[in-house]
Amino acid sequence: MNKINRKKRRYFRAILLLFMCSIVLYTLFSNISKDKYVVSEGDYAPNFSLETLQGERVELKDYRGEGVFLNFWGTWCKPCEREMPYMEEEYKNFKDQGVEILAVNIEESDLIVQNFVDRFNLSFPILMDRDGEVTGKYKIGPIPTTFLIDKNGKVVKIITGSMTQQDVKKYMNLIKP
Amino acid sequence: MNKIKCECGHVNHEGTVLCEACGKPIEGNQHIDGNDKTRLLNMRYDGSARRSQTYKKSIIDKIWNFFSSVKVGVWLIVLTLVASAMGTIFPQEQWIPANAVSRDPAIYYESTYGIFGQIYYQLGFYDLYSSWWYLLLVALIGISLVICSIDRFVPLYKALKNQKAKRHETFLSRQRLYSESDNVSKEEKQQIIKSLKKQRYSVRDENGHILAEKGRFSRWGPYVNHIGLIIVLIAAVLRMTTPMYIDEYMWIREGERTVIPGTNGEYYAKNKDFILETYDKDNQRFEEAIKKEGVVAKNFETELVIYKDQTSATGAEPKLEKLKEGSTRLNHPMKFDGYALYQAGYQSNEFSSMSFKVHETDDPNETAIGSITIDLTSPKSEYKLDNGLRVVIDQYFPDYYLDNGEPRSKSKYPKNPAFVFFIYPPNSDDPEVSFVGIRKNIDATGENEYKLGLQDFEMRDVSGIMVIRDYTLPLFFLGGVIFMIGVIQGMYWHHRRIWINPKNGKLLLAAHTNKNWHGVKTDIEKAIANTNVNMVKDQQELPG
Amino acid sequence: MDTLLNISSTMLLVAFILYLLATFFFGATIRDKRNKSKESKAGTIGITITIIGFLAQTVYFITRWIASGHVPVSNMFEFVTFFGMSIVLGFIILYFIYKMSVLGVFALPIALIVIAYASMFPTEVSPLVPSLQSYWLYIHVTTVSIGEAILSISFVVGLIYLVRTIDQTKSSKRTTWLEIVLFSLLIFIGFSLISVIFNVTGYSAQFEYTANNVTMTTEYQLPAIVSPYEGVLITDGVMQPWFDAPSWMHGADAGRKFNTLIWSVFVGLALYGLLRLVLRKRIGAAIQPKLMKTKPDLLDEISYRAIAIGFPVFTLGGIIFASIWAQEAWGRFWGWDPKEVWALVTFFFYAAFLHLRLSRGWHGEKSAWLAVGGFAIIMFNLIAVNLVLAGLHSYA
Repeated sequence: MNKINRKKRRYFRAILLLFMCSIVLYTLFSNISKDKYVVSEGDYAPNFSLETLQGERVELKDYRGEGVFLNFWGTWCKPCEREMPYMEEEYKNFKDQGVEILAVNIEESDLIVQNFVDRFNLSFPILMDRDGEVTGKYKIGPIPTTFLIDKNGKVVKIITGSMTQQDVKKYMNLIKP
Repeated sequence: MNKIKCECGHVNHEGTVLCEACGKPIEGNQHIDGNDKTRLLNMRYDGSARRSQTYKKSIIDKIWNFFSSVKVGVWLIVLTLVASAMGTIFPQEQWIPANAVSRDPAIYYESTYGIFGQIYYQLGFYDLYSSWWYLLLVALIGISLVICSIDRFVPLYKALKNQKAKRHETFLSRQRLYSESDNVSKEEKQQIIKSLKKQRYSVRDENGHILAEKGRFSRWGPYVNHIGLIIVLIAAVLRMTTPMYIDEYMWIREGERTVIPGTNGEYYAKNKDFILETYDKDNQRFEEAIKKEGVVAKNFETELVIYKDQTSATGAEPKLEKLKEGSTRLNHPMKFDGYALYQAGYQSNEFSSMSFKVHETDDPNETAIGSITIDLTSPKSEYKLDNGLRVVIDQYFPDYYLDNGEPRSKSKYPKNPAFVFFIYPPNSDDPEVSFVGIRKNIDATGENEYKLGLQDFEMRDVSGIMVIRDYTLPLFFLGGVIFMIGVIQGMYWHHRRIWINPKNGKLLLAAHTNKNWHGVKTDIEKAIANTNVNMVKDQQELPG
Repeated sequence: MDTLLNISSTMLLVAFILYLLATFFFGATIRDKRNKSKESKAGTIGITITIIGFLAQTVYFITRWIASGHVPVSNMFEFVTFFGMSIVLGFIILYFIYKMSVLGVFALPIALIVIAYASMFPTEVSPLVPSLQSYWLYIHVTTVSIGEAILSISFVVGLIYLVRTIDQTKSSKRTTWLEIVLFSLLIFIGFSLISVIFNVTGYSAQFEYTANNVTMTTEYQLPAIVSPYEGVLITDGVMQPWFDAPSWMHGADAGRKFNTLIWSVFVGLALYGLLRLVLRKRIGAAIQPKLMKTKPDLLDEISYRAIAIGFPVFTLGGIIFASIWAQEAWGRFWGWDPKEVWALVTFFFYAAFLHLRLSRGWHGEKSAWLAVGGFAIIMFNLIAVNLVLAGLHSYA
């Protein structure tokens, strides 16, 4: 009888200790590795719908089957400006291979964006996030930030910071259907 | 398991210090509570066996016993105390003042506090309260709370439940309050019982052995408050690890509508107006203080309209519906659907619109030919005047600066707007170029016929709003309430016990309480008034 | 409006004088050669005067409330004054439980020191800034103050215990520490004394210094021993500073505060030296004989009881109400602001005290030393955190 009791007690203690330790470890771990993005690599990219600079409405899910190079940018941001010509160059090569660029401008006026587009001769669609809705949904911090989305609508990679032309090429190859 | 049989016939568990039935000290176990060194008995848990101190077998038991020790608990408290205090030597990262040399901790601490600041930074003390080791300390306190409570609850419960009125002579005489009396009549004894009952003691009479007890529930206070603390810690874990807690910040401009961060695009807010009020300088009440301190703010408030997007789940084009209109100000957050918006900051250095007049360059009176007003959030590209003159915005820099001679914008916010204007005179396709900004008006060729002059501008405020949704609050609150109930229960009530046992014609009177001995003495004095019973003697051994 | 404020400050002065008077009556109760009835008579007069003083201070409080439109606990002067008032309240409560006159001899002077210290801060009625415009200001600050005051009574009794029981026949570590505690109290008296003296003479010296790239001037009301870091004296005909404050001292007006501290310590030392010269023994040793009538057991219990009563009040006000207010005002109930941290340190300290006492049997002298330590933490939170470690609570 006593032996059984003692055994029971030991199990109880072991389980309780294990339980508490795992909570502690889990808390510590999740505190250290706090997720920066709400959308992380491997997730499905949340759908959204925005107007382009020309006033057409575009929805992300319409691009299922294609790779989407989703770039968040601003005209005032130097690194964004630097990578724009590379994106334009590679866009010409990859457009026919099923890669689309969606460049989301964050809360700027049409005039400024139009000037910028004219200056760099950009041919890919510029989406105007006028209320910051999509920027908020994707929790964008510093720009430029680029989400690489494959043909199934899954986020393959998230890149923060400026890209070289080689980078752009490499990434477009990555999401080519 | 070794059972120990007491001379009264009761069989005690191993590790028992005082017999559970009669209270006689059990030989060989007195060192556990330190009774061997003193005359008075240690009444902790009434001398019953605490399991943790009896089995020392496996590693699990050893860990368990470690956390079960109050000594360890106190050490953990002291370590946490010292660590907490160290975090206040220099400001924590989030409290680095906005006007500091640099808000980068790597620079701030060294440049402001020298070598000590550098050490402070390198030890990671600038973010001490979310460091892994600080969290670990708090977590260890939590584990200690759970185990201590489990370990002590059962023995105390048993000890208090199984109490017998008849106690061993040694048990009584080694209580702090004790007296022996001769020649006590039955009537006197009844009188004492009556008096004790009147003082709200519950009195038990077992064959002439009397136990009067009051305020036993105060003994559960510590367990109750520890449960409260455990709930608080559970709430903290949930807050740190689950999305039950959302904490976001947004800047929102007057007149602007924007999505509320952290709401997954479901809610939008529009800033109708930001209000900043200061105390009137001529306010009689505060005249003197205002003279001394300068302008004193009276109110920060943002009038907001909240919209809800009916389609946000699908990601299609938002359809906004007005949900609520109201305002948020310091100390009075605006709440909706579980979210709370806090007035947290403001900026008043942005322009919202600028008006220019066009006049002939060589007109000494600068008579306006016409004027244009530019909405800086959505400027048009072309403005036509009545006389056929056209003003075209070629370039617009909301936050103008010169970058190696090249004009650029520092941000998207109109803090320092500047324009490159093309002015087309009536019936002409040949533009004149001029550059106009705040206190800047440059004629590129020097031959311009027309000039733009800044006539007027409007500024707009930007409100800093904190967005909080915290579903863990009720749990924290519950924990706090339970903690307070437990503390008050344990601290403001007292467990008092008085034993009156006959022995060899004498009447032995002894009393014990967990605190407020003064109170129990007064109770006894009242009870034995006008009887032959001797007042108890305080046998406490305090030097001096 | 002005008449109300005049009444208010007069009543504070009246209260101050009455507390002083009551101290002497309580003092009479511990003189050795008195008989019992005279002793209790002096005690009764003492407590009566104390209560009248308390009522006078209540009038101060209410009139100031009416005059300013908000409860007068919104700046250093008001808060510290209220803290002094709370100490008197705590003393009155414990006096009626235990009827111990010697308590008054120590508790009232502490309250006096606190009130005197308060009056050295700017006393004008100041408007409430938005962050303080909440009824939680009333609830939180008053509860904390009362809680801390009751805990301070535990220090007072602990101190009596130590003076009463520590062996003064030979010099030891314990006698030295006791003298340090008593000397610290003299520093406060020194601060009040020196401030009053130079206030009356109207001393002023101005310095110009640069902090965070902003040039500021500061006015010293005491002769400058230490100037602000790289500060320049711009008043003529006053004492030249001896040295500069170190560069890391650059809170608001750090140089002036440091100078005041040095002066307070100097005057405290002078007072201490004077007392030692007059008494020709340790101060503790000089007071001890007067306390021989008190029972250490009872002192020990009162000290513990004060903590038992004060701890829940403090926790309620300093942790729970504070969190609720912080949640309403800043959207986070806990922000690791220095004042919050030190409230937590206080909480931990007394929690450790209770565990040591209940489970590890720390009674008597150990317990008394802990009560002294607790008071040191409370004072640190009251003074140093507000004046040295800047934060949300630096309203002074």
